[in-house]
Amino acid sequence: MITRIALRELRNLFLSPLAWTLLAVIQFILAWLFFAQMDSFFSLQAQLAVIENAPGATDLIVAPLFNTASSLMLMITPLLSSRLISEERRNGSLQLLLSSPVSMTEIVLGKYLGLVLFLVILVAMITLMPLSLLMGTSLDMGKLLSGMMGLILLLTAFAAAGLYISSTTKNPTVAAVASFGLLIMFWIIDVAGSAVEQGGTVFSYLSIIKHNIPMLRGIVNSSDLIYYLLFICTFIILSIRQLDAIRLQK
Amino acid sequence: MSKLLIQAKNIYRQYGDTLAVNKLSFDLQQGDILGFLGPNGAGKSTTMQMLSGVLAPSAGQILINGIDLLDQPKQAKQHIGYLPEKPPLYTDLTVDEYLAYAARLRNIKSRAIPQAIEQAKQRCNLTSVSKRLIGNLSKGFQQRVGIAQAILHNPDVIILDEPTVGLDPIQIREIRQLIAELGKQHGVILSTHILPEVQAICNKVQIMDHGLLVFSDTLSAMNETSTQGRLLVTFKQPPSIEQLGQLSAVQDVSSLENNRYYLDTDNIERTTDALTIAATENHWQLRELMPEQQTLEHIFVKLVAGQASAPDNHEVQQG
Repeated sequence: MITRIALRELRNLFLSPLAWTLLAVIQFILAWLFFAQMDSFFSLQAQLAVIENAPGATDLIVAPLFNTASSLMLMITPLLSSRLISEERRNGSLQLLLSSPVSMTEIVLGKYLGLVLFLVILVAMITLMPLSLLMGTSLDMGKLLSGMMGLILLLTAFAAAGLYISSTTKNPTVAAVASFGLLIMFWIIDVAGSAVEQGGTVFSYLSIIKHNIPMLRGIVNSSDLIYYLLFICTFIILSIRQLDAIRLQK
Repeated sequence: MSKLLIQAKNIYRQYGDTLAVNKLSFDLQQGDILGFLGPNGAGKSTTMQMLSGVLAPSAGQILINGIDLLDQPKQAKQHIGYLPEKPPLYTDLTVDEYLAYAARLRNIKSRAIPQAIEQAKQRCNLTSVSKRLIGNLSKGFQQRVGIAQAILHNPDVIILDEPTVGLDPIQIREIRQLIAELGKQHGVILSTHILPEVQAICNKVQIMDHGLLVFSDTLSAMNETSTQGRLLVTFKQPPSIEQLGQLSAVQDVSSLENNRYYLDTDNIERTTDALTIAATENHWQLRELMPEQQTLEHIFVKLVAGQASAPDNHEVQQG
C-alpha cells in the first residue's frame, strides 16, 4: 500500500510542470557551476602538479558541486514538500485516502517515499556530471559515493521536515515558507553555538549541515548517519501524529 | 433476510465548545436507503464523515458490518464507499487513472481492477470521458466521478453527501435510479436538501437539527399514517373560493394564477372524491388535479421551526 501511494505521488509530481521546471533549473545552475569548477581546476593544475599529495579532481570539482547542490536544495525542497499533504487537505482529496482502508502511517510513509524517490532521481542526475569526467580522468569513487550519500541523506531530511510542516496547514504557500524557515534555522543553528559559551556544542551538534561536511570529504561517521535517521524519524512520527489529530478534532 | 450494516451507538462530536452531533444512535440494514435531512449546520456532514472514518467521534461506537470502525479502521473501511460534500478528486489525473488509483487504495486485486473500473464508469455514465483530465470536466461529471469512486469496490455501505448537487435534471434522474439500484444490495445513506428527492428514492428518513436526531421513521409508515396533504387543482370555469372551501375535509383554499388553487386538506382521498363529483355536477371543467402528500415537508418545517428558510418543495416539484 505504501508503494502504491509513493508511486502515485511520484507520478503526480511529474504530471505538474513544477517538477520538470525544478529539475531543469537545478540541472542548469549546477552545470554552470560544474563548468566553472572545471575551468578553475585547469588553471590550478600546473601548481597542483608540484605539490605532494595534492587534492584531486574529486576534491576540487565534485565536493564543491555537491556542496552547492545542498544549499540550492535547501531553497527548493520546501517547494516540493509543501504540497504533499496541505494541497490534499485544501482540495478535499485527502478524504479519499482517509476513507480508504489505509492507515495514517501508510499515507505519511507513502507520500514521503514518493518525494524521496524524486530526490534520488535528482541526485542521480546531478551525479551524472562528475561521472562524465571518467572519460578523461580517474575519480575517487569512494569520495564520490559518500558525497552522494551525504546529499541524499541531507535532502531526505529536508523532505521529512517539509512533510511535517505540510501536514500542519491547508495552504501550500504557507507550508513552503514555514519549512524554508525551519530548514534555514537548522542550517544556521551552529552560529548560536559559536556565540554562546555554554551549550554551544549542543547547537553545533544540531546543525544539519555540520553532519554533511565530513561526507563530502569522504568520511562517513555513524554518528552523522544516526543524526539524519533520528531527524527523519522524528518528523515522520510528528506528521503521523498531526494527521491523526486532523481526524480527532478540527 | 437483511443484515445490519451500520450500527451507530450514542455518538457525540464536539468542535471546541460547540456540540455538532449530540447522542446520535441509529441502524442501517441491507436494502435500506436512508435519507438524511436537516437545515444547514445541523450536523449531517459531520455525521457522515464520522460514519466513513474520516472524522473520529468524540464519544460513542460505530459498527460497520459488525466491525468496530474505531478499533479496526482498516477492516471496517474496506466496506465503506464515501462521497464527501466536495468530491475528493485529483484534477491532474484522467478519469481512468484516478479510478485505478482509487481501486488500488481499496485493495481490489490487480486483475479485477479493469473490470471494476469499467462497471463503475458504466453505472455513472462516464465511459465517454475516460481519457479526459478530471480538472477539465464539468461539475456534473466531476460529481459522477466522485460517485464512481465510492461504488468502485462494491462496498456494503455507501455514504453519499449531497450526491445530486450540480447535476442537470436528466443526470439527477439517472443518479436517483442508480441509487435505487444500489439500495437493493447495499445500504445507502444520502444527505440532501431536496425533500422530493428523499420521497422519490429513500425508504427511511432521519431529520437532524442542531446535532440532535429529531425524527426517524420509514417513509411508507409515514405515508400510511398521515392523510393530510394538499391538492393542486385547475379549472376552466372556476367556482368561488367559498364553494371550494365547503368541500369535504378542506381546511384552507389559496388561489394561484390562471385559475389554479391549492386545497389544504385533512384527508386527501375524501376531498378528491368530493371535488370530482362537484366538478362534474357544476361543470367547473376540471383540468388538473394533483395530490401533493406533503407530510415530509410538514414534518420538516414543524421540527425545524425557527429555521425560517425551509426549502420550497412546490417549486421543485413543478419545475
